[in-house]
Amino acid sequence: MPDTEATTVLKARFPSATDRASADHPALAIPAADIPAALKCLRDEFAFDMLSDLTAVDWSSAASPRFTIVYHLLSTTRHDYIRVTADCPSDAEPSVPSVTSLWPGANWHEREVFDMFGIGFAGHPDLRRILMWDGYPHHPLRKEFPLAGIDAPLPDAAVAAETNVNLKPAPMAGGPFVASAGEINLGAAEPEAKDESWNEGKPKPE
Amino acid sequence: MNPMSSPAAFDSEKMSLSMGPSHPSTHGVLRLQMELDGEIVTKADPIVGHLHRGDEKIAENMTYNQFVPYTDRLDYIAPLANNMAYVIAVEKLCKLEMPPRCQAIRVLTAELARVSSHLLGIGALAIDVGAWSVFLYTFTEREKLYRLFEELTGARFTTSYTRVGGLMRDVPGGWIERVGAFCDQFPPILDESLDLLTRNKIFTDRTQGIGVISREDAIAYGLTGPNLRASGVPLDLRKDKPYSGYETYEFDIPVGTVGDSYDRYLIRAEEIRQSIRIIRQIISNFPGGAWYAEDARRIFAPRKDKILTSMEELIQNFMLVTEGPQVPAGEVYFEAENPKGALGFFIVSKGGGVPWRLKIRAPSFCNLSILPKVCVGAMVSDVVAILGSLDFVMGECDR
Repeated sequence: MPDTEATTVLKARFPSATDRASADHPALAIPAADIPAALKCLRDEFAFDMLSDLTAVDWSSAASPRFTIVYHLLSTTRHDYIRVTADCPSDAEPSVPSVTSLWPGANWHEREVFDMFGIGFAGHPDLRRILMWDGYPHHPLRKEFPLAGIDAPLPDAAVAAETNVNLKPAPMAGGPFVASAGEINLGAAEPEAKDESWNEGKPKPE
Repeated sequence: MNPMSSPAAFDSEKMSLSMGPSHPSTHGVLRLQMELDGEIVTKADPIVGHLHRGDEKIAENMTYNQFVPYTDRLDYIAPLANNMAYVIAVEKLCKLEMPPRCQAIRVLTAELARVSSHLLGIGALAIDVGAWSVFLYTFTEREKLYRLFEELTGARFTTSYTRVGGLMRDVPGGWIERVGAFCDQFPPILDESLDLLTRNKIFTDRTQGIGVISREDAIAYGLTGPNLRASGVPLDLRKDKPYSGYETYEFDIPVGTVGDSYDRYLIRAEEIRQSIRIIRQIISNFPGGAWYAEDARRIFAPRKDKILTSMEELIQNFMLVTEGPQVPAGEVYFEAENPKGALGFFIVSKGGGVPWRLKIRAPSFCNLSILPKVCVGAMVSDVVAILGSLDFVMGECDR
């Protein structure tokens, strides 16, 4: 992606900012600590006034840095997008500064990333789960979380005590036939039923 | 303005009210936890996630085409528009250009979906503020659209019509004419239905000046679609970031001035007319030729008769089914102007047939995030009008 005015200025102002490979929009990788200042510069000086999307990518537990936060900004006047990414400094306790003070709309996006990946946002006014319930013990979009789900207590402790059941992983016997991302290798990539709890040979746990 | 506010002599205490998740005006499973001072809302906290199904997790475990049916279940009021937004994102990653006929069919179906979605949005808003009959008119028209969808895709709701690199199939014979016939009979009925609301004193009293969202707030909270344009921001991705050939059609972008519930209603009403205008242009100049990318051999399945008679095509089809469409490594972010707002897909691919990460930027999620701000100071009955006018779908919000 060729440099735009915004990426040139940003790279001059934040010397540790680097270009990020991109096929569609201008993209920059910026250290997490500089994110609020860099996004403020983009918002105020280059009219990227809307935070279109904020999400994270888990590059698997073997990778380091493991988590990358991805911001997509949109200019409502020039109609351009820009992608800004920030690697989380810590793999064990990932955290980045919150941008809720720049865009109140970032509040829910950051709550979602916290909920799904367990990434903290320093300075967030109300960082709690949004899609899963309070007290849910896992972060489902981390790569080690299985598609079928993991045992977890029911949201309501009273109901759990009364019924004496907890959430079980979904049965995966006989499908869905799921494939894995990665290199092209017919043997490994062929869709298979990923049986993680029970199948014809192993009885369903009660 | 507020006859219920108590004089200082009263010692009133605040009460909390939980609305939903099963409440007729929360349109699905939204729960609104509110703190009330009399009838005035002093605090509102939307609790979302009741319909969370883990679509993004599921996407990481299946090939690109396998995920198309899951996009139906995002904004299930306009599945055809979701199908299109998703495959365009994947095609951008593959650097694939669709032939004109494919683009025209996709735009045609997306605009029909917009008409269908806005008809429901208007009808539901009318019900929420007490006008039942409009809903019956608009639902009758939606039923006609569903018959067209069923004829085209085999399903009324869960259409799954697009594929990466093309469509499920070409339009059936005579279908385009039947869409044209719908467009001919529809505008008078639309006018008649809208006449029941637009200058209706009760309706304007319930919606004008209610739920006002300023231009600055709308942008800061990431509102998109009719909700953003009602606040006076003329942003429409069909005009400003054209995709699938939208630049070749003539249509206008209605923009509001006040940003209240009534403006949001007016914008949707006008967008229906503009959509019909686009559909008429497509019908009058319907392109011929291929309806799928013919050069995308590792992405789009070969024709069925070829699969059954030729070894090469049989292998190609086998590879596509087992490994999925072969998408190069890279990152792509694409937003389409859907009926509810900008539906975005952020896809990270490491190559091969399965995405490494697929993020769905749901317009309803962003549109609802402004509720804690816009509900404060409103009366409880106005909250119903605000929710109705924001026109959200929880399937998309919770994913």
